[in-house]
Amino acid sequence: MQSAPTLYRGREGMWMWVVHRATGVAIFFFLVVHVIDTALVRVSPEAYNEVIASYKTPIFGLVEAGLVAAIILHAFNGLRIIAIDTWPWALKHQRALVWVVWGIMIVLMAGFLPRHLSHVFGGA
Amino acid sequence: MQAPELKAPAFVRSGRSRTQVERWSWIFMRASGVILIVLIFTHLFINLLTGDGVNQIDFAFVAGKWASPLWKVWDLTMLVLAMIHGGNGMRLLINDYARTTWLRKTLKVALATSVTLIIVLGSLVIFTFDPCPEGTDPALLNIELCEDLGRL
Ligand code: HEM
Repeated sequence: MQSAPTLYRGREGMWMWVVHRATGVAIFFFLVVHVIDTALVRVSPEAYNEVIASYKTPIFGLVEAGLVAAIILHAFNGLRIIAIDTWPWALKHQRALVWVVWGIMIVLMAGFLPRHLSHVFGGA
Repeated sequence: MQAPELKAPAFVRSGRSRTQVERWSWIFMRASGVILIVLIFTHLFINLLTGDGVNQIDFAFVAGKWASPLWKVWDLTMLVLAMIHGGNGMRLLINDYARTTWLRKTLKVALATSVTLIIVLGSLVIFTFDPCPEGTDPALLNIELCEDLGRL
């Protein structure tokens, strides 16, 4: 099928734009839920502890890891966007900077995951 | 290479002409974004990587943190900036994807209402927090803190 002419350039820049929107929406909805779960401290200590206990289960532990990865991607891609808007150098290398963002995510997750997963799965 | 010269768009999908509001939105997203990186990464570090990580979190842990004005101000700033940053981001998505005026209006009213409610709820929680509620099993409380406060 012949595709219509489009402004979308594809490749790393456009995919990162999709990732930025998707992670932004996910983090927004997490925050809405998170303020409500934190509000349980005003209901009673029992209610708060009971709900927070679910954050410590293996499934939620993995969701938290995904959330942290999403936050890292969104944060450092945000800095990439600011850089592209500000410096011609960054605009010229915007595609390489996408890989820098993923690289930072991998390095930070490599530091975060062993400790977090041993808390979640080791019970320590 | 130079950034391409951009002409102001003749119209936007929302039908309104571009105003200073969009300029402030652009500046706010960048300024709040940079501040949120510091606020949120610290929040995640303290709550997930210090001590027993996620397993340390319970009522007594929150009481310990909010005994310090620093963390109250920290959380309040994070709450307000993150909800406005996220809410404004959602507004941009509504502009892009909601195709009828009616749908855009409805979604934006719903969005503004939720953002306001969450900011009010979160602020009330921080300001009215009681670390030692009457009649609670002391095992659930931050005993040291409540003894210091003369509440136990
Ligand atoms: C899985 C990761 C997270 C955990 C375990 C966590 C845990 C907590 C805990 C225990 C509190 C109570 C007070 C305190 O510790 O300062 C809290 C409050 C708060 N958190 Fe998080 N948090 C997480 C992620 C986030 C993220 C990503 C954001 C922002 C986008 C965020 C924003 C907030 C805000 C605004 C409050 C204050 C809520 C209020 O005003 O009632 N948190 N969080």
